[in-house]
Amino acid sequence: MAGGLPEALAGVAGVSPRAATVLKRTRVTVVRAGELVVKAHEPGTAEAALNARLRAAAALPDLLLPPASDRALRVAGRLVTVWPAGEAVDPAGDPAAAPWEAAAGLLARLHATPAGGLGLPPAGGPDRVARALARLAGAPGAPAAAAAAVRRAARTLPAGGGTGTGLAHGDWHLGQIVRYRDRWLLIDVDDLGLGDPVWDLARPAAWYAAGLLDPELWHRLLSGYVSAGGPAVDAGDPWPELDRPARALTVQLAATAVAAAGEEGRPLDEAEQALVSSCGRITRAARRQ
Amino acid sequence: MKCPKCPGVMRTYDRNGVHIEQCENCRGIFLDYGELETLSRVETQWAQQQYGPPPAPGGPAWGAPHHGHHGRHGHHQRGWVGMLFSS
Repeated sequence: MAGGLPEALAGVAGVSPRAATVLKRTRVTVVRAGELVVKAHEPGTAEAALNARLRAAAALPDLLLPPASDRALRVAGRLVTVWPAGEAVDPAGDPAAAPWEAAAGLLARLHATPAGGLGLPPAGGPDRVARALARLAGAPGAPAAAAAAVRRAARTLPAGGGTGTGLAHGDWHLGQIVRYRDRWLLIDVDDLGLGDPVWDLARPAAWYAAGLLDPELWHRLLSGYVSAGGPAVDAGDPWPELDRPARALTVQLAATAVAAAGEEGRPLDEAEQALVSSCGRITRAARRQ
Repeated sequence: MKCPKCPGVMRTYDRNGVHIEQCENCRGIFLDYGELETLSRVETQWAQQQYGPPPAPGGPAWGAPHHGHHGRHGHHQRGWVGMLFSS
């Protein structure tokens, strides 16, 4: 690694930049350095909120990877946190081999945890929809018909959505669990907070409703969640609770996909097209009501 | 008409449009061409009246069609897996 942020993060772990690996370099930068992972959070991250989230992670070591630092550091103008290195789910592996049941159990237990004493800010989920739409609005060369379909679906969404008082991860997907000391734990506290926990199921629900997630895998997640005591949906029919956040997540995922295609100057791939088609069905379903 | 299995005589019945020959001796039944299919169809209709249509696979009103009809989405599998892991 040459100079710059990754090198500074390796230094935080006390490791030579040569011995460190950059795991992610987007708006956040994540470096693996020996047995530690060092993360530079997004520019503009609120320090007090991040520290509250670190404290919550430390207080819930059966659910969340415990941080190696109890406060965020400031490195090269960025807020930085340090974590023990866990083993992530292999993105190149068979999705059917992913630990859907373990993930479902973690979410169920997180959602059943009383959030009162944790002093957390609101969960990040609902904000992400607005941010994705703003990115789409600013994306040059986004495919016009697809962008219009996403915006039409966005207009059918009710306002708000961040009013719950439960404990929610705020940005859950399969990259947000790691195996550490022989058990699975949730990682990435950046959006952890008070909210409606059903939002944590909304992203896989959106994948499923777009025809992307195999019904069997969706069923494994959902039944694992319900059987582990997950409180966010009804065991008989989860869709009355899921419908609204799943529509919002569909819009968010489609907006992000269309914006990325525009920014990269490429056509939509099949999966992205499936999300845009889902937006079309959301608009038509709203008109029928 | 004589029973093909025993020395008995076949008697003809008509039941709801289904033409049946039954042996008076061994009670064996002979169906004309197409009558078995007719019976199956009538049975299915009856079962649906009794039990209602099979439950729709769970999903929202705006869900993609064909959920549950084919257990996998092979044509999508490789292309979208990265999405499972990204924000």
